[in-house]
Amino acid sequence: MARMKFLCDADRCIDCNACVTACKNENEVPWGINRRRVVTINDGKPGERSVSMACMHCTDAPCAAVCPVKCIYPTEDGIVLHSKDLCIGCGYCFYACPFGAPQYPQVGNFGSRGKMDKCTYCAGGGGAEAPGSAEEFEKYGSNRFGEGKLPLCAEMCSTKSLLAGDGEIIAQIYKERVMKRGYGSGAWGWITAYREDVDVKV
Amino acid sequence: MKFPAPIRLATFVLMLVGIVLSAPATAQKLGPDGAPNPTASVIDQQTLLKQVPRVEGRIDIPDPKAAVLIQPAGRTWDYYHEVWLRWGGAIVILGVIVVLGATYLIMGRLRISAGRSGRKILRFKAFERFSHWLTAVCFVVLGLTGLNITFGKILLLPLIGPEAFASVSEAAKYVHNFTSFAFVAGLILIAVIFFRDNLFEKVDAEWLKQGGGFIKSKHAPAGRFNPGEKLVYWLSVVAGVAVSASGFLLLFPFYATDIAGMQIAQVVHAVVAVLFIALIFGHIYIGTLGMEGAFEAMGTGEVDLNWAKEHHDLWLAQQLASEDRQAHPQPSATAAE
Repeated sequence: MARMKFLCDADRCIDCNACVTACKNENEVPWGINRRRVVTINDGKPGERSVSMACMHCTDAPCAAVCPVKCIYPTEDGIVLHSKDLCIGCGYCFYACPFGAPQYPQVGNFGSRGKMDKCTYCAGGGGAEAPGSAEEFEKYGSNRFGEGKLPLCAEMCSTKSLLAGDGEIIAQIYKERVMKRGYGSGAWGWITAYREDVDVKV
Repeated sequence: MKFPAPIRLATFVLMLVGIVLSAPATAQKLGPDGAPNPTASVIDQQTLLKQVPRVEGRIDIPDPKAAVLIQPAGRTWDYYHEVWLRWGGAIVILGVIVVLGATYLIMGRLRISAGRSGRKILRFKAFERFSHWLTAVCFVVLGLTGLNITFGKILLLPLIGPEAFASVSEAAKYVHNFTSFAFVAGLILIAVIFFRDNLFEKVDAEWLKQGGGFIKSKHAPAGRFNPGEKLVYWLSVVAGVAVSASGFLLLFPFYATDIAGMQIAQVVHAVVAVLFIALIFGHIYIGTLGMEGAFEAMGTGEVDLNWAKEHHDLWLAQQLASEDRQAHPQPSATAAE
């Protein structure tokens, strides 16, 4: 069984934000919601690195564990989906997420949060809607995964720094790159998300 | 103006020394072929996380909290919420219920020793009773809706199913958020109205020495409130302030705090709330089951004279004396001019 993961090769990312634009366009993400973002570490200094971050679809996802209404769950492929029908907008998944993936629209007074929205691995949603249907698209965005395709952010990456797919395959790709050019800054987020690292120290 | 020759020479020499000394450093930043080495100054994630609690950088979107790339503390907070708070909260709340049940079974209801006299005296005025009940009802509502977040998915979800539970929880969230304002208002009223009578006095030391009447005699001396009640007051005010302040931070997320601040606010809110619930269970027990003649103080405002004599003798004496003064005012002696 394939276990889907993301790997952003920080030594290749050029902060072009093509992944961000692709995600927003493909899933028709509303204003104010940012499923994917690019963060630049040490901006302007030697050793500057950019990392594209959305949901890492963790093993033992802390968001799923802490949800008071159990609306987040992992699928067989390791993708973490959630149901917007059950979500109550309490915000706990954001406190638990090490990567800041959950996003909430502001719907009312105080800081009232609406239904949580996050990267779905372009695999639709965890609710009752039929996969690939218009209702599912309206709520969760596109379902490329149901058509056998990978997330659009990784497909659109201009430098192929953002890799998506089976964890074994993308780890292998990353290892080949590292052996060619030397060990850079590592696979960001892999230890926190998947409790494992890409074993590249040769 | 040209600098004099010795100074120009010294500056030049210093420059040369600087270049020579920094050569090894710049050499590390260059690869073996002389081109800049791109991985020379890079830091890997694990090293960075050992230095700083979370990795933050620069972002293009106007959402400041998105600048945090990785905050591993999220998993720790999740473990606290799912394990420590759940088990700790269950043990504290169930433990208090067990202790109170045992107390009732062993000691039974504390009776008025002399029996009811049938005569009453006013203990709490209408406004005092209103403030108490406003706060009390809000507390129960807030407690139940709040406990639903931590315990609902274990206790209630299996009973009513996910869709109904989600609807109930969503309603509970809004009830909790809006009731909090009434609770804060009630808390302020209580804190102000009962402040003076809850300051510690000399008679409290005597009450404590007699173990509140449980050790020596049946009844120890006390003013309007005995040290047990004063403790409930002060703990409630402190816990109420803590729970209100952290609650407001949670109500306006990220207005004044970053992710670490929000996690801390939630921890304070939940832990203090659980302890507060345990405290109020004890308060409710004594005010209803535990002691005969106690509930009517807050229920109707009037208490039996014998109850007041046994539990708040100093207060009763003051009340009767002032009533006496009002009924029979002393003729004022006119001073000789």
